[in-house]
Amino acid sequence: MAGLFMFPASVGAQDETGFTGQINVRDGEGGKVPIEGIRFVVEDGSGVVGEGVTDADGVFFIPVPAGTYSIAVDVDSIPEGITLRNPDRPQLDDLDINDGQSRNVLFPLLGEGVVSTVGAGGDGLATRALRLAIDGIIFGLIIAMCSIGLSLIFGTTGLTNFAHGELVTVGALGALLFNSTGGFGIHIVLAAILAVLLAAAAGGVNEKFLWRPLRRRGTGLIAMLVISIGLSILGRYVLLYLAGGNRQKYEQFGTQTPFEIGPVSMVPRDLWIIGLSVVTLVLVALAVQRTKTGKAMRAVADNRDLAESSGIDVDRVILTVWVMGGGLAGFGGVLFGLNQGIRWDMGFELLLLMFAAVTLGGLGTAYGPLFGSLIVGLFINLSTLVVPPEVKNVGALLILVVILLVRPQGLFGQRERIG
Amino acid sequence: MSEQELNPVFEGVSPTAGSAKPDAILTADKVTRRFGGLTAVNVDHLEIQRGVITGLIGPNGAGKTTFFNLMTGFDTPNEGTWNFDGIDVGKLPAHVVARKGMVRTFQLTKALSRLSVIDNMKLGAMQQTGESFFKAFVKGLWSAEEKAIEQRADELLERFKLSHMREEFAGTLSGGQRKLLEMARALMTDPKLIMLDEPMAGVNPALTQSLLGHVKSLRDEGRTVVFVEHDMDVVRDISDWVVVMAEGSVIAEGSHASIGANQAVIDAYLGTSHDQALDFNEEDGEDA
Amino acid sequence: MDWAGILSESARQFVGIQAMYFAIAAIGLNIHFGFTGLLNFGHAGFLAVGAYGLGVTVFWLEWPWWVGIIVGLLASIVFALILGIPTLRLRADYLAIVTIAAAEIVRISVRTTALADVTGGSNGLNGFNRDFTALNPYNDSFLGFRPDQLWPLTVGWIIVLLSVGVTYLLMRSPWGRVLKAVREDEDAARALGKNAYSIKMQSLILGGIFGALAGMIWVLAQGSIQPSPQDFGAPKTFFIWVAMILGGTGRLWGPVIGSMIFSALLQFTDLTLRGAVSAGYIPEWLMDGVQVGQMRFILMGLGLMLLMVFRPQGIFGDRREMALDV
Repeated sequence: MAGLFMFPASVGAQDETGFTGQINVRDGEGGKVPIEGIRFVVEDGSGVVGEGVTDADGVFFIPVPAGTYSIAVDVDSIPEGITLRNPDRPQLDDLDINDGQSRNVLFPLLGEGVVSTVGAGGDGLATRALRLAIDGIIFGLIIAMCSIGLSLIFGTTGLTNFAHGELVTVGALGALLFNSTGGFGIHIVLAAILAVLLAAAAGGVNEKFLWRPLRRRGTGLIAMLVISIGLSILGRYVLLYLAGGNRQKYEQFGTQTPFEIGPVSMVPRDLWIIGLSVVTLVLVALAVQRTKTGKAMRAVADNRDLAESSGIDVDRVILTVWVMGGGLAGFGGVLFGLNQGIRWDMGFELLLLMFAAVTLGGLGTAYGPLFGSLIVGLFINLSTLVVPPEVKNVGALLILVVILLVRPQGLFGQRERIG
Repeated sequence: MSEQELNPVFEGVSPTAGSAKPDAILTADKVTRRFGGLTAVNVDHLEIQRGVITGLIGPNGAGKTTFFNLMTGFDTPNEGTWNFDGIDVGKLPAHVVARKGMVRTFQLTKALSRLSVIDNMKLGAMQQTGESFFKAFVKGLWSAEEKAIEQRADELLERFKLSHMREEFAGTLSGGQRKLLEMARALMTDPKLIMLDEPMAGVNPALTQSLLGHVKSLRDEGRTVVFVEHDMDVVRDISDWVVVMAEGSVIAEGSHASIGANQAVIDAYLGTSHDQALDFNEEDGEDA
Repeated sequence: MDWAGILSESARQFVGIQAMYFAIAAIGLNIHFGFTGLLNFGHAGFLAVGAYGLGVTVFWLEWPWWVGIIVGLLASIVFALILGIPTLRLRADYLAIVTIAAAEIVRISVRTTALADVTGGSNGLNGFNRDFTALNPYNDSFLGFRPDQLWPLTVGWIIVLLSVGVTYLLMRSPWGRVLKAVREDEDAARALGKNAYSIKMQSLILGGIFGALAGMIWVLAQGSIQPSPQDFGAPKTFFIWVAMILGGTGRLWGPVIGSMIFSALLQFTDLTLRGAVSAGYIPEWLMDGVQVGQMRFILMGLGLMLLMVFRPQGIFGDRREMALDV
């Protein structure tokens, strides 16, 4: 039985969640001298949750789960001859840790006889907001990739596909299967391509062997919606069964050295994700706009009977939509996996956000999901400036509710005629 | 069929579009409904006379059903106001308009298939005590009313010759029987104005006479009837007055005879430019 | 394999705690979907709102447990309004999406550390059922249920009967008639002067109240609230859906019978699989202990699909009377 790809729990994103930093002082020639033995304590509302000490390289890492904390330096552990630059600020409060995030904290120190330097990467509001905005755009692009299929499937068949998240997970887990040393051990780039093909095939199988026969039978849309929910559960738990419950990572592109762009630090992975998503989305947009198949898709999404009587092979168009939607979702899954690690229910997590994005943009349209996704991604990330990170998805619900009250057809959708 | 003599109430009413009526039950002013670039309804002024049968005719796409939807609150216009029985019903939702006495039926019959015929009928009665959530629990509060409603329903079923189908699911009725049911059910609401959307559509000719008789009896009871119809024989048979719509506007009003002779009406049905050469624009690879 | 033990243990679940509170929750969901056609996929949210309303009131404010019940019910009414106001005028799918999202939000909110002062965060609450358990008149076990289980079971099944009674009274009244009409064709109902939006909202509130009651009796039986995904998340909602469809939507006793059969069946499957694994019939590499627990979800997802495709009316339903086109 294909079973049992129990992927080994790789040293992964789980270990990267927490506080980190490197403590050093500058010596006379401008070089850095790491300081060992300085102790930090992390607390939340209920007390101390972790502590750590800087090692020989001056580096410390304190793992904590996602949440809001304060971190303080144990002043007594600072060696002789070194003091805090801001002695009345030994503690930083209200710092948020997101899943997969190693948060850098800075405690400027002064050594005897050393000129103080201005540190980069401070935690000012503008910097945080900028970092969150970048994360939001990355996230939004990922959501966009995953949800185009969702929107077009609704447009062409009327089905609200609650199992769409599982196509995302299939892509991410598929790539993991191909990539991890316990699996096939292929480089992630090739593994990603294979995974996208796998997800596209899954989409096609969905349509050919489940939805098309149901449509032929005359099954109503609401019944199909409920069936898609059943499929979602089935799919998700089969994936859990096969892959286990831990968050995993790909073998390549895992831990990277950050570099600075202006006030924010980024890793090369971020840029790759942005670049690949943008290129893909542009290609998809062009395909939908220019190619014959793309036009046929839009025609069927607009008015199926009319498209059919114009000679368009509706079934083939629908199959194309599912294959393309599946492939895109799978690709989004791989990128999501690169960004935040891979888990059996990652697609389901994303599903709600996808719905918010697609509703905002306009269910059934091709461009709607793109704008909706970017807005959703930005909004929920920036919302962590005021709310704890574990509740940031609430923002997506708020968007959903507001849109439904104000403009239910979304930004680009059309109001339906009554009567 | 003989032509009907002009109902005396219309003596002196000018057979022009938008003419004033001696006792209008429904008056509409400057009602417009646009869908994107298309103007579906653009009625400048229309008055419906109380207590008579008014036929609303016009080619397909003329806006008749949309006009019905607007008047009864099933759609919202871009502009316009209209009064029913002296009340401004422009902003009211559909169910409130129905409660005020203006009731409509649908082109595609909406017999509630999964309810029995008698339940369909009992549904029609308005302001039932038992329909309120808390009172529903206490049967004693509404059982007497329910009996009275049931009696009225049975009388109407008798009148419409549907009594034998009383306990059957409405879904088992034939097309014509469903039309009868919908009409009978609408009568349960005790409407002042009843708007029938193509009541004869899909009904076999044998049943048509019976339906026509029912429609006439509505008027004889003192109700006002407006109906949309395509069958000219039907229109000629029972209309006291005819209103013609084309491309969203009212283009003519009058007795059936005067309508038949109206050039604007003929043009609307046949098309004005049928003697000009047809002209196609080249499609130059534009996106759909 | 101890078949006798498996069968008797499964049979007990016909009337056990899960069957009991599932029945109450499913009665509520049946009002939503079976009788009104509303797609509520966040029913676990109602259970959570009821449970936490009760727990928070008793635990922090130290008010009597019956006040907690009232608070829980009020909270569920508010929740129903939040869900219904934006969505009931729109297509059915929108309610489905919003209810899933809202239930997730509720679950996240009750375990976030930020609100831990009120909700107990990821530790949950406990010890709020003392006054309730103090009323327990039972001293001996019965049918394998301990005295401390028999009390909530008794109370719970009485609530089930009362809930069925309430549903019966409503659905045979003119109110129920309007509901069935709105379920089938909203425009037809509006053309007859019925306020479709209002009755859908009433239905949403009523079904939500049953959901909150289910949540409350359940946590009273347990003595604690744990904000895990299994307890108040999507899995629970879907369990209740399967139980409801199994019994037959739109029927009076459907949700009750469905919940009973579902609970027994679930226990049977679990025990059989575990027994097979520990007896060696199923090799360890194919299925380990953890995966047995996951198997129930796999089967449930599959079961829901098969039910909807081949027998959407469930055991007692009438295909002609179904709310959806099947």
